[in-house]
Amino acid sequence: MAKIIVTTSGKGGVGKTTTSASFSTGLAARGKKVAVIDFDVGLRNLDLIMGCERRVVFDFVNVLQGEANLRQALIRDKTYENLSILAASQTRDKDALTLEGVEKVLNDLVAEGFEYIICDSPAGIEKGAHHAMYFADEALIVTNPEVSSVRDSDRVLGLLQAKTRNAEKGIKVKEHLVLTRYNPERVERGEMLSVKDVQDILAIPLLGVIPESPTVLTSSNSGVPVIADAMSAAGQAYTDLVSRFLGEDKPHRFMHVEKKGFFNKLFGG
Amino acid sequence: MDLMGFFRTKKPASAATARDRLMVAVAWQRDQDGRNATSRDGGPSYLPQMRDEILSVIRKYVQVADSAVKVNVQHEDGLDVLEMNITLPDAKTA
Repeated sequence: MAKIIVTTSGKGGVGKTTTSASFSTGLAARGKKVAVIDFDVGLRNLDLIMGCERRVVFDFVNVLQGEANLRQALIRDKTYENLSILAASQTRDKDALTLEGVEKVLNDLVAEGFEYIICDSPAGIEKGAHHAMYFADEALIVTNPEVSSVRDSDRVLGLLQAKTRNAEKGIKVKEHLVLTRYNPERVERGEMLSVKDVQDILAIPLLGVIPESPTVLTSSNSGVPVIADAMSAAGQAYTDLVSRFLGEDKPHRFMHVEKKGFFNKLFGG
Repeated sequence: MDLMGFFRTKKPASAATARDRLMVAVAWQRDQDGRNATSRDGGPSYLPQMRDEILSVIRKYVQVADSAVKVNVQHEDGLDVLEMNITLPDAKTA
């Protein structure tokens, strides 16, 4: 059965789109048929992060308004042909999305045989975020170890438990914590909330910790999801996260300061 | 010259402050949303932790058993009243 997963956070700039791009790419790398949808109407960005911005012909709103069919609007990923991207509209106003319209597109994607449908939510808790989370079976709560992000995530958890189709039917949306921009050095110095602090406050299961990494920026510069960089800590952390999501037992990494060996100390490795 | 200040270069860990502030902010938010509004004790969700912290302060001065502490939250005329009763041990045994 197809799973609909929303990537959400409340706060902007915490790594929602980065997570959506790497999570969907990671699932596709594992052979799953995946569609990822940008719900940020007016502020489209997923296409840039996934490096397909020049191939956007039709978008989400075009499909909703019958100006293009779903197959025309889906952009096939360059690396994984089992991964498709549906871009947000850049020009239309936000009222172009309706719950009925979103439901039809999701149903059509399921009928097309997509196993995982990732809904990349816009920031905030307004209409766009509501549309992105409404049909979700599961949610990735992207959070930074920082007070405003944690509080916003908690607010979003409240909405997931009340304002979604599943919640209205009395079914719990499965929640996963994705803690991004984590810096173990600063946690050790007592300058940053620890994984445990955030988990204690939000009280949801941890899916993955993504360490703060310069590769996240350089990957976005070149339009390649950071998960594709197997050398980077952030890329490896996303790969682990995907494995865990698929039910594998992967111990958490990148949560503690790496002990530098003698040669690393000597040569600054 | 502030000689003491020279030696006191270490700032207090701000992460702990962040954690404490968030605990309260999130508890308030959950009350507003009407979710997890009450814990087992029938009070706000931060109550168990607050109870533990108050208890640890009391124990700096006098040993009391967990059962000697009663926490109550009552709603009266739109006001929440927090009541905490601690039974101190007999002076002889203390």
